[in-house]
Amino acid sequence: MVGDLSDVRAMEQDFPSTRNESGYQRFRLGDFVFSRDEYFVHIEWRAQGKKLSHTMSADVFLRALMRDVAWNFFYGWVNFDDVFGTRNRYDRVELYAGRYHPVYKEQGLDHSACFDSSFVMQAFRSMLDDWTNVGYDPFAAPAETGLTWQGKKQGHNRAALNRARESCRRMPGLPGDVPLRTDRNRYPINRAFLDVPQDEPVIEAEPGFEHEVHAFNLFAYLSRSDVTWNPSVTSVCKHSLFCPTTEEYILPVKHANDRIEWFLQLSDQIEWRIEDRATGRPRASVVMRAGDVAAMPADIRHQGFSRRRSMLLVWENADPRLPQLYEDGILPPSLAGEFQEPGSVK
Amino acid sequence: MSFTDTKTVFGSLDSYVKGGIEVIDDDRRHYAFSNVFEVASLAKPYEKVVVGKNLRYVIETLRAEGTSDWFTASHDESVIVMDGSVEIDLVKLDDPERIAPAHIEGSIRLEAPPQGRRMGLMKLRRGHQALLPKGAAYRFRSTDGVGVLVLQTIHGPHSVEKWSEICLT
Ligand SMILES: [Fe+2]
Repeated sequence: MVGDLSDVRAMEQDFPSTRNESGYQRFRLGDFVFSRDEYFVHIEWRAQGKKLSHTMSADVFLRALMRDVAWNFFYGWVNFDDVFGTRNRYDRVELYAGRYHPVYKEQGLDHSACFDSSFVMQAFRSMLDDWTNVGYDPFAAPAETGLTWQGKKQGHNRAALNRARESCRRMPGLPGDVPLRTDRNRYPINRAFLDVPQDEPVIEAEPGFEHEVHAFNLFAYLSRSDVTWNPSVTSVCKHSLFCPTTEEYILPVKHANDRIEWFLQLSDQIEWRIEDRATGRPRASVVMRAGDVAAMPADIRHQGFSRRRSMLLVWENADPRLPQLYEDGILPPSLAGEFQEPGSVK
Repeated sequence: MSFTDTKTVFGSLDSYVKGGIEVIDDDRRHYAFSNVFEVASLAKPYEKVVVGKNLRYVIETLRAEGTSDWFTASHDESVIVMDGSVEIDLVKLDDPERIAPAHIEGSIRLEAPPQGRRMGLMKLRRGHQALLPKGAAYRFRSTDGVGVLVLQTIHGPHSVEKWSEICLT
Protein backbone atom coordinates (compact mmCIF):
# COMPACT_ATOMS: atom_id res chain seq x y z
CA MET A 1 0.00 0.00 0.00
CA VAL A 2 1.36 3.37 -0.94
CA GLY A 3 0.43 6.01 1.62
CA ASP A 4 -2.78 7.88 1.41
CA LEU A 5 -2.37 10.85 -0.90
CA SER A 6 -3.50 13.46 1.60
CA ASP A 7 -0.32 12.88 3.60
CA VAL A 8 1.92 13.10 0.58
CA ARG A 9 0.38 16.45 -0.22
CA ALA A 10 0.85 17.64 3.33
CA MET A 11 4.54 16.97 2.95
CA GLU A 12 4.70 18.67 -0.42
CA GLN A 13 3.27 21.76 1.17
CA ASP A 14 6.23 21.87 3.54
CA PHE A 15 8.38 22.43 0.49
CA PRO A 16 6.34 24.24 -2.15
CA SER A 17 8.71 23.43 -5.03
CA THR A 18 10.16 20.25 -3.70
CA ARG A 19 11.19 18.45 -6.85
CA ASN A 20 14.91 18.96 -7.32
CA GLU A 21 16.75 19.06 -10.62
CA SER A 22 16.97 15.23 -10.57
CA GLY A 23 13.18 15.07 -10.41
CA TYR A 24 12.88 13.62 -6.92
CA GLN A 25 10.71 14.91 -4.11
CA ARG A 26 12.21 16.10 -0.84
CA PHE A 27 10.79 14.96 2.49
CA ARG A 28 10.90 16.42 5.95
CA LEU A 29 10.13 14.58 9.18
CA GLY A 30 10.63 16.91 12.11
CA ASP A 31 14.20 18.19 11.85
CA PHE A 32 15.25 15.46 9.42
CA VAL A 33 15.33 16.34 5.74
CA PHE A 34 15.68 13.59 3.12
CA SER A 35 16.54 14.11 -0.53
CA ARG A 36 17.90 12.00 -3.37
CA ASP A 37 19.71 12.62 -6.60
CA GLU A 38 21.04 10.42 -9.40
CA TYR A 39 23.25 8.29 -7.13
CA PHE A 40 22.74 9.31 -3.54
CA VAL A 41 20.34 9.91 -0.70
CA HIS A 42 21.17 12.84 1.57
CA ILE A 43 19.98 13.05 5.15
CA GLU A 44 20.28 16.38 6.97
CA TRP A 45 19.71 17.33 10.57
CA ARG A 46 20.79 20.00 13.01
CA ALA A 47 22.78 19.58 16.20
CA GLN A 48 24.49 22.20 18.37
CA GLY A 49 23.38 24.89 15.92
CA LYS A 50 25.20 23.18 13.07
CA LYS A 51 23.81 21.62 9.95
CA LEU A 52 24.93 18.00 9.59
CA SER A 53 24.56 15.90 6.49
CA HIS A 54 25.03 12.26 5.70
CA THR A 55 25.18 10.68 2.25
CA MET A 56 24.32 7.09 1.31
CA SER A 57 24.17 5.26 -2.00
CA ALA A 58 20.51 5.41 -3.11
CA ASP A 59 20.26 1.66 -3.73
CA VAL A 60 21.52 0.88 -0.23
CA PHE A 61 19.09 3.39 1.25
CA LEU A 62 16.12 2.11 -0.77
CA ARG A 63 16.80 -1.52 0.08
CA ALA A 64 16.97 -0.62 3.77
CA LEU A 65 13.86 1.58 3.54
CA MET A 66 11.96 -1.25 1.84
CA ARG A 67 12.74 -3.63 4.71
CA ASP A 68 11.89 -1.07 7.37
CA VAL A 69 8.48 -0.54 5.76
CA ALA A 70 7.81 -4.22 5.03
CA TRP A 71 8.80 -5.27 8.54
CA ASN A 72 6.75 -2.51 10.15
CA PHE A 73 10.01 -1.27 11.79
CA PHE A 74 10.75 -4.82 13.00
CA TYR A 75 12.07 -5.63 16.47
CA GLY A 76 14.41 -3.03 17.89
CA TRP A 77 16.77 -1.06 15.69
CA VAL A 78 17.01 -1.02 11.91
CA ASN A 79 20.33 0.65 11.09
CA PHE A 80 20.41 1.79 7.47
CA ASP A 81 24.16 2.16 7.99
CA ASP A 82 26.50 3.22 10.82
CA VAL A 83 24.81 6.62 11.11
CA PHE A 84 21.11 6.59 10.23
CA GLY A 85 18.34 4.29 11.36
CA THR A 86 15.06 3.70 13.16
CA ARG A 87 14.16 2.26 16.52
CA ASN A 88 10.80 0.63 16.98
CA ARG A 89 9.08 1.77 20.14
CA TYR A 90 5.93 -0.09 19.14
CA ASP A 91 3.33 2.62 18.34
CA ARG A 92 6.08 5.25 18.08
CA VAL A 93 9.23 5.14 15.98
CA GLU A 94 12.48 6.91 16.76
CA LEU A 95 14.55 8.23 13.85
CA TYR A 96 18.18 8.80 14.66
CA ALA A 97 21.38 10.02 13.07
CA GLY A 98 24.73 9.46 14.77
CA ARG A 99 23.04 8.27 17.94
CA TYR A 100 24.82 4.90 17.87
CA HIS A 101 28.03 6.14 16.28
CA PRO A 102 30.68 6.77 18.94
CA VAL A 103 32.14 9.90 17.30
CA TYR A 104 28.90 11.72 16.50
CA LYS A 105 27.69 10.83 19.96
CA GLU A 106 30.90 12.01 21.65
CA GLN A 107 30.84 15.29 19.75
CA GLY A 108 27.17 15.86 20.57
CA LEU A 109 26.33 15.93 16.87
CA ASP A 110 23.77 13.14 16.98
CA HIS A 111 20.05 13.73 16.68
CA SER A 112 16.97 11.64 17.29
CA ALA A 113 13.26 12.26 17.33
CA CYS A 114 10.16 10.16 17.99
CA PHE A 115 7.09 10.10 15.76
CA ASP A 116 3.86 8.18 15.57
CA SER A 117 4.55 4.93 13.73
CA SER A 118 1.73 5.56 11.29
CA PHE A 119 3.20 8.95 10.32
CA VAL A 120 6.67 7.52 9.67
CA MET A 121 5.14 4.61 7.77
CA GLN A 122 3.19 7.02 5.58
CA ALA A 123 6.24 9.17 4.94
CA PHE A 124 8.55 6.22 4.25
CA ARG A 125 6.04 4.72 1.84
CA SER A 126 5.78 8.02 -0.01
CA MET A 127 9.58 8.24 -0.14
CA LEU A 128 9.87 4.68 -1.48
CA ASP A 129 7.17 5.38 -4.02
CA ASP A 130 8.79 8.56 -5.28
CA TRP A 131 12.40 7.41 -5.22
CA THR A 132 12.01 3.96 -6.77
CA ASN A 133 12.35 4.12 -10.54
CA VAL A 134 10.58 1.86 -13.00
CA GLY A 135 12.30 -1.52 -13.16
CA TYR A 136 13.98 -1.32 -9.76
CA ASP A 137 12.95 -3.84 -7.12
CA PRO A 138 14.52 -3.12 -3.72
CA PHE A 139 13.51 -6.62 -2.49
CA ALA A 140 15.39 -8.41 -5.27
CA ALA A 141 19.01 -9.50 -5.31
CA PRO A 142 21.15 -6.95 -7.19
CA ALA A 143 21.75 -9.41 -10.02
CA GLU A 144 17.98 -9.69 -10.51
CA THR A 145 17.14 -6.01 -10.68
CA GLY A 146 20.11 -4.27 -12.24
CA LEU A 147 21.02 -0.62 -12.08
CA THR A 148 17.68 1.07 -12.71
CA TRP A 149 17.88 2.67 -9.26
CA GLN A 150 20.39 5.12 -10.77
CA GLY A 151 19.71 8.32 -12.64
CA LYS A 152 17.03 10.94 -12.76
CA LYS A 153 13.50 10.15 -11.68
CA GLN A 154 11.82 7.80 -14.09
CA GLY A 155 8.41 6.32 -13.34
CA HIS A 156 7.45 4.01 -10.48
CA ASN A 157 7.54 0.34 -9.52
CA ARG A 158 4.51 0.09 -7.28
CA ALA A 159 3.94 -3.61 -7.93
CA ALA A 160 7.33 -4.41 -6.39
CA LEU A 161 6.84 -2.12 -3.40
CA ASN A 162 3.36 -3.27 -2.51
CA ARG A 163 3.97 -6.95 -1.87
CA ALA A 164 2.21 -8.00 1.30
CA ARG A 165 4.29 -9.72 3.94
CA GLU A 166 3.13 -13.31 4.19
CA SER A 167 2.23 -14.06 7.78
CA CYS A 168 0.33 -17.25 8.37
CA ARG A 169 -2.10 -17.64 11.23
CA ARG A 170 -1.25 -21.29 11.76
CA MET A 171 0.52 -22.68 8.67
CA PRO A 172 0.53 -21.88 4.94
CA GLY A 173 -1.85 -24.03 2.91
CA LEU A 174 -4.44 -24.56 5.64
CA PRO A 175 -7.98 -23.55 4.65
CA GLY A 176 -8.37 -19.79 5.19
CA ASP A 177 -4.65 -19.32 5.82
CA VAL A 178 -1.98 -17.92 3.44
CA PRO A 179 -1.82 -19.99 0.24
CA LEU A 180 1.12 -22.13 -0.82
CA ARG A 181 3.30 -20.67 -3.56
CA THR A 182 2.83 -22.08 -7.06
CA ASP A 183 3.50 -21.15 -10.68
CA ARG A 184 -0.18 -20.33 -10.95
CA ASN A 185 -0.20 -17.67 -8.24
CA ARG A 186 2.97 -16.23 -9.80
CA TYR A 187 5.61 -17.66 -7.53
CA PRO A 188 7.95 -19.41 -9.96
CA ILE A 189 10.95 -21.27 -8.57
CA ASN A 190 13.82 -18.86 -8.14
CA ARG A 191 16.77 -19.26 -10.51
CA ALA A 192 19.00 -20.32 -7.58
CA PHE A 193 16.67 -23.08 -6.37
CA LEU A 194 15.77 -24.94 -9.58
CA ASP A 195 17.19 -28.14 -8.02
CA VAL A 196 14.98 -28.02 -4.89
CA PRO A 197 12.48 -30.96 -4.88
CA GLN A 198 8.90 -29.77 -5.21
CA ASP A 199 7.08 -32.88 -3.93
CA GLU A 200 4.39 -32.18 -1.34
CA PRO A 201 3.95 -34.45 1.70
CA VAL A 202 1.46 -37.30 1.44
CA ILE A 203 -1.49 -36.52 3.70
CA GLU A 204 -4.04 -39.17 4.53
CA ALA A 205 -6.63 -37.38 6.65
CA GLU A 206 -9.64 -39.20 8.04
CA PRO A 207 -12.98 -37.59 7.15
CA GLY A 208 -13.59 -34.53 9.31
CA PHE A 209 -9.90 -33.92 10.05
CA GLU A 210 -8.83 -32.47 6.68
CA HIS A 211 -8.47 -28.98 8.15
CA GLU A 212 -6.07 -30.12 10.89
CA VAL A 213 -3.95 -32.90 9.40
CA HIS A 214 -1.61 -30.63 7.54
CA ALA A 215 1.94 -30.43 6.26
CA PHE A 216 3.66 -28.67 3.37
CA ASN A 217 7.00 -28.57 1.61
CA LEU A 218 8.78 -25.70 3.37
CA PHE A 219 11.90 -25.90 1.19
CA ALA A 220 9.75 -25.76 -1.96
CA TYR A 221 7.81 -22.82 -0.48
CA LEU A 222 11.08 -20.99 0.12
CA SER A 223 12.46 -21.89 -3.32
CA ARG A 224 9.59 -19.81 -4.70
CA SER A 225 10.20 -16.75 -2.55
CA ASP A 226 10.50 -13.69 -4.81
CA VAL A 227 12.19 -11.50 -2.19
CA THR A 228 15.45 -11.47 -0.26
CA TRP A 229 15.94 -10.66 3.42
CA ASN A 230 12.21 -10.53 4.12
CA PRO A 231 11.01 -13.16 6.61
CA SER A 232 7.52 -14.60 6.31
CA VAL A 233 5.83 -16.53 9.11
CA THR A 234 5.19 -20.25 8.48
CA SER A 235 4.32 -21.59 11.92
CA VAL A 236 3.14 -20.24 15.23
CA CYS A 237 3.38 -21.60 18.77
CA LYS A 238 1.93 -18.86 20.98
CA HIS A 239 4.59 -16.07 20.76
CA SER A 240 7.10 -18.35 19.03
CA LEU A 241 7.23 -17.56 15.32
CA PHE A 242 9.17 -19.47 12.66
CA CYS A 243 10.06 -16.80 10.10
CA PRO A 244 11.97 -18.43 7.23
CA THR A 245 13.38 -16.30 4.46
CA THR A 246 15.69 -16.47 1.46
CA GLU A 247 18.87 -14.43 1.51
CA GLU A 248 21.22 -13.30 -1.23
CA TYR A 249 23.99 -10.69 -1.29
CA ILE A 250 23.96 -8.40 1.77
CA LEU A 251 21.29 -7.80 4.39
CA PRO A 252 20.49 -4.18 3.56
CA VAL A 253 20.39 -3.12 7.21
CA LYS A 254 22.30 -3.76 10.37
CA HIS A 255 19.60 -5.14 12.56
CA ALA A 256 20.04 -4.53 16.29
CA ASN A 257 17.95 -6.71 18.55
CA ASP A 258 15.82 -5.59 21.47
CA ARG A 259 15.62 -9.29 22.41
CA ILE A 260 17.48 -12.48 21.57
CA GLU A 261 16.65 -13.88 18.16
CA TRP A 262 17.74 -17.20 16.71
CA PHE A 263 18.87 -18.45 13.32
CA LEU A 264 18.65 -21.95 11.89
CA GLN A 265 20.49 -22.11 8.59
CA LEU A 266 18.45 -24.36 6.30
CA SER A 267 20.67 -24.30 3.22
CA ASP A 268 23.99 -22.99 2.02
CA GLN A 269 25.91 -20.39 4.00
CA ILE A 270 25.61 -16.94 5.52
CA GLU A 271 28.37 -14.99 7.19
CA TRP A 272 27.24 -12.64 9.95
CA ARG A 273 29.20 -9.58 10.97
CA ILE A 274 28.43 -8.92 14.62
CA GLU A 275 29.00 -5.53 16.23
CA ASP A 276 28.22 -3.96 19.55
CA ARG A 277 24.70 -2.56 19.43
CA ALA A 278 25.47 0.87 20.88
CA THR A 279 28.90 1.61 19.39
CA GLY A 280 29.30 -0.56 16.31
CA ARG A 281 32.56 -2.00 17.68
CA PRO A 282 33.26 -5.37 16.01
CA ARG A 283 32.58 -8.38 18.23
CA ALA A 284 32.63 -11.49 16.07
CA SER A 285 32.15 -13.02 12.66
CA VAL A 286 29.76 -15.97 12.64
CA VAL A 287 29.68 -18.35 9.68
CA MET A 288 26.53 -20.47 9.51
CA ARG A 289 26.14 -23.48 7.23
CA ALA A 290 23.20 -25.83 6.67
CA GLY A 291 22.03 -27.24 10.00
CA ASP A 292 23.79 -24.67 12.15
CA VAL A 293 21.79 -22.98 14.91
CA ALA A 294 22.90 -19.80 16.66
CA ALA A 295 21.50 -17.16 18.96
CA MET A 296 21.91 -13.49 18.19
CA PRO A 297 22.35 -11.81 21.58
CA ALA A 298 20.13 -8.92 22.67
CA ASP A 299 23.02 -6.42 22.76
CA ILE A 300 24.41 -6.66 19.24
CA ARG A 301 23.77 -5.46 15.71
CA HIS A 302 24.27 -7.87 12.87
CA GLN A 303 24.53 -7.87 9.10
CA GLY A 304 24.46 -11.00 6.92
CA PHE A 305 26.36 -11.82 3.74
CA SER A 306 25.08 -14.63 1.51
CA ARG A 307 27.26 -15.56 -1.45
CA ARG A 308 24.46 -17.43 -3.19
CA ARG A 309 20.75 -17.45 -2.39
CA SER A 310 20.28 -19.40 0.83
CA MET A 311 17.41 -20.46 3.08
CA LEU A 312 17.44 -19.17 6.63
CA LEU A 313 14.92 -19.80 9.38
CA VAL A 314 14.71 -16.75 11.63
CA TRP A 315 13.10 -17.63 14.94
CA GLU A 316 11.47 -14.84 16.91
CA ASN A 317 9.81 -14.55 20.29
CA ALA A 318 7.12 -11.93 19.68
CA ASP A 319 6.25 -11.47 23.36
CA PRO A 320 5.66 -7.69 23.61
CA ARG A 321 7.07 -7.55 27.16
CA LEU A 322 10.58 -8.53 26.08
CA PRO A 323 12.14 -5.17 25.11
CA GLN A 324 11.44 -3.75 28.57
CA LEU A 325 12.70 -6.86 30.36
CA TYR A 326 16.01 -6.67 28.49
CA GLU A 327 16.23 -2.91 28.89
CA ASP A 328 15.73 -3.23 32.64
CA GLY A 329 18.43 -5.91 32.85
CA ILE A 330 15.94 -8.48 34.12
CA LEU A 331 16.83 -10.81 31.26
CA PRO A 332 20.48 -11.46 30.33
CA PRO A 333 21.44 -10.53 26.75
CA SER A 334 22.67 -14.03 25.89
CA LEU A 335 22.48 -17.68 26.91
CA ALA A 336 26.04 -17.81 28.25
CA GLY A 337 24.64 -18.39 31.75
CA GLU A 338 23.06 -21.66 30.62
CA PHE A 339 26.43 -23.31 30.12
CA GLN A 340 27.31 -25.72 32.88
CA GLU A 341 30.54 -27.47 33.63
CA PRO A 342 30.61 -30.79 31.75
CA GLY A 343 28.98 -33.56 33.77
CA SER A 344 26.85 -31.33 35.96
CA VAL A 345 23.14 -32.00 36.00
CA LYS A 346 20.71 -29.29 35.06
CA MET B 1 25.64 -11.73 -15.15
CA SER B 2 25.93 -15.45 -14.58
CA PHE B 3 25.73 -17.37 -11.36
CA THR B 4 27.00 -20.82 -12.24
CA ASP B 5 26.75 -22.23 -8.74
CA THR B 6 23.27 -23.68 -9.09
CA LYS B 7 23.49 -26.44 -6.50
CA THR B 8 21.54 -25.83 -3.29
CA VAL B 9 23.42 -27.25 -0.32
CA PHE B 10 21.26 -28.82 2.36
CA GLY B 11 22.78 -30.70 5.26
CA SER B 12 22.27 -34.29 6.31
CA LEU B 13 23.59 -36.68 8.93
CA ASP B 14 26.07 -38.03 6.39
CA SER B 15 27.07 -34.69 4.99
CA TYR B 16 27.20 -31.53 6.99
CA VAL B 17 29.95 -28.98 7.39
CA LYS B 18 29.62 -26.96 10.55
CA GLY B 19 30.36 -23.24 10.38
CA GLY B 20 32.07 -21.38 13.19
CA ILE B 21 32.72 -18.20 15.11
CA GLU B 22 35.73 -15.95 14.64
CA VAL B 23 35.98 -14.00 17.85
CA ILE B 24 37.13 -10.40 17.70
CA ASP B 25 36.03 -9.23 21.15
CA ASP B 26 33.46 -11.69 22.42
CA ASP B 27 32.69 -15.04 24.03
CA ARG B 28 31.55 -17.91 21.79
CA ARG B 29 28.99 -19.01 24.37
CA HIS B 30 26.94 -15.87 23.65
CA TYR B 31 25.92 -17.48 20.36
CA ALA B 32 24.95 -20.96 21.68
CA PHE B 33 26.17 -22.25 18.32
CA SER B 34 25.37 -25.87 17.49
CA ASN B 35 24.45 -27.97 14.47
CA VAL B 36 21.28 -30.03 14.34
CA PHE B 37 22.93 -32.88 12.39
CA GLU B 38 25.79 -33.11 14.84
CA VAL B 39 23.38 -32.97 17.79
CA ALA B 40 21.20 -35.71 16.27
CA SER B 41 24.21 -37.87 15.44
CA LEU B 42 25.10 -37.96 19.15
CA ALA B 43 21.58 -38.24 20.57
CA LYS B 44 19.42 -41.14 21.68
CA PRO B 45 16.40 -41.89 19.48
CA TYR B 46 13.80 -39.15 19.88
CA GLU B 47 15.71 -37.47 22.71
CA LYS B 48 14.37 -33.92 22.76
CA VAL B 49 17.60 -31.94 22.71
CA VAL B 50 17.09 -28.19 23.06
CA VAL B 51 19.17 -26.32 20.46
CA GLY B 52 17.36 -22.99 20.73
CA LYS B 53 15.72 -21.37 23.72
CA ASN B 54 13.96 -18.03 23.98
CA LEU B 55 12.57 -17.85 27.50
CA ARG B 56 10.10 -20.75 27.66
CA TYR B 57 9.98 -21.31 23.91
CA VAL B 58 12.38 -23.86 22.46
CA ILE B 59 13.57 -25.48 19.28
CA GLU B 60 14.37 -29.13 19.88
CA THR B 61 16.35 -31.46 17.64
CA LEU B 62 15.22 -35.08 17.54
CA ARG B 63 17.06 -38.06 16.14
CA ALA B 64 14.33 -39.95 14.28
CA GLU B 65 15.13 -43.62 14.58
CA GLY B 66 12.48 -46.35 14.75
CA THR B 67 9.14 -45.34 16.26
CA SER B 68 8.75 -42.69 18.93
CA ASP B 69 6.51 -42.66 21.98
CA TRP B 70 3.19 -40.82 21.71
CA PHE B 71 3.22 -37.15 22.64
CA THR B 72 0.67 -34.37 22.88
CA ALA B 73 0.60 -30.70 23.86
CA SER B 74 -1.90 -28.10 25.01
CA HIS B 75 -0.77 -25.85 22.14
CA ASP B 76 0.19 -26.21 18.48
CA GLU B 77 3.68 -27.49 17.78
CA SER B 78 5.36 -27.90 14.41
CA VAL B 79 8.07 -30.14 13.04
CA ILE B 80 10.48 -29.80 10.12
CA VAL B 81 12.17 -32.85 8.64
CA MET B 82 15.82 -31.89 8.14
CA ASP B 83 16.95 -35.34 6.99
CA GLY B 84 15.36 -38.71 6.28
CA SER B 85 11.73 -39.75 5.80
CA VAL B 86 9.24 -39.76 8.61
CA GLU B 87 5.61 -40.75 9.04
CA ILE B 88 3.45 -39.07 11.65
CA ASP B 89 0.35 -40.72 13.12
CA LEU B 90 -2.26 -38.38 14.59
CA VAL B 91 -5.06 -39.21 17.03
CA LYS B 92 -7.68 -36.75 18.29
CA LEU B 93 -7.62 -37.30 22.05
CA ASP B 94 -11.01 -37.86 23.69
CA ASP B 95 -9.82 -36.07 26.82
CA PRO B 96 -6.75 -33.98 25.95
CA GLU B 97 -7.08 -31.89 29.12
CA ARG B 98 -6.39 -34.93 31.24
CA ILE B 99 -2.93 -35.44 29.73
CA ALA B 100 -2.02 -31.88 28.78
CA PRO B 101 -4.15 -29.29 30.59
CA ALA B 102 -4.08 -25.77 29.17
CA HIS B 103 -1.69 -24.43 31.81
CA ILE B 104 0.92 -27.14 31.11
CA GLU B 105 3.19 -26.31 28.19
CA GLY B 106 5.57 -28.36 26.08
CA SER B 107 5.28 -31.86 24.67
CA ILE B 108 3.89 -34.41 27.13
CA ARG B 109 4.62 -38.11 26.72
CA LEU B 110 1.59 -40.39 26.91
CA GLU B 111 1.85 -43.18 29.45
CA ALA B 112 -0.57 -45.40 27.51
CA PRO B 113 -1.71 -45.64 23.88
CA PRO B 114 -3.90 -42.66 22.95
CA GLN B 115 -7.65 -42.89 23.45
CA GLY B 116 -9.48 -41.16 20.65
CA ARG B 117 -10.33 -41.06 16.96
CA ARG B 118 -7.67 -41.57 14.35
CA MET B 119 -7.06 -38.25 12.53
CA GLY B 120 -4.74 -39.47 9.83
CA LEU B 121 -1.23 -40.08 8.66
CA MET B 122 1.36 -37.73 7.16
CA LYS B 123 4.36 -38.92 5.15
CA LEU B 124 7.15 -36.39 5.21
CA ARG B 125 10.51 -36.09 3.52
CA ARG B 126 13.38 -33.66 3.86
CA GLY B 127 12.21 -30.05 3.82
CA HIS B 128 8.63 -30.80 4.77
CA GLN B 129 7.01 -29.07 7.74
CA ALA B 130 3.99 -30.46 9.58
CA LEU B 131 1.52 -29.05 12.05
CA LEU B 132 1.19 -30.99 15.30
CA PRO B 133 -2.19 -29.59 16.30
CA LYS B 134 -3.02 -28.96 19.93
CA GLY B 135 -5.03 -31.65 21.62
CA ALA B 136 -3.85 -34.32 19.19
CA ALA B 137 -1.54 -37.19 20.08
CA TYR B 138 1.26 -37.82 17.60
CA ARG B 139 4.11 -40.22 17.10
CA PHE B 140 6.96 -40.30 14.61
CA ARG B 141 8.14 -43.29 12.62
CA SER B 142 11.37 -43.08 10.69
CA THR B 143 10.90 -44.97 7.44
CA ASP B 144 14.34 -44.62 5.88
CA GLY B 145 17.06 -45.24 8.43
CA VAL B 146 17.91 -42.39 10.78
CA GLY B 147 16.37 -38.95 10.25
CA VAL B 148 16.64 -35.53 11.86
CA LEU B 149 13.67 -33.48 13.08
CA VAL B 150 13.42 -29.91 14.31
CA LEU B 151 10.53 -29.29 16.67
CA GLN B 152 8.98 -25.90 17.44
CA THR B 153 7.52 -26.12 20.92
CA ILE B 154 7.71 -24.89 24.51
CA HIS B 155 10.07 -26.17 27.19
CA GLY B 156 8.48 -29.22 28.77
CA PRO B 157 9.23 -32.09 31.14
CA HIS B 158 11.05 -34.10 28.46
CA SER B 159 13.20 -31.27 27.07
CA VAL B 160 16.90 -32.02 27.46
CA GLU B 161 19.40 -29.16 27.83
CA LYS B 162 23.11 -29.80 27.46
CA TRP B 163 24.49 -26.56 26.11
CA SER B 164 28.10 -27.18 27.12
CA GLU B 165 28.09 -30.46 25.21
CA ILE B 166 26.49 -29.27 21.99
CA CYS B 167 27.77 -25.71 21.57
CA LEU B 168 31.00 -24.14 20.42
CA THR B 169 32.87 -22.80 23.43
FE1 LIG C 1 18.04 -9.74 13.04
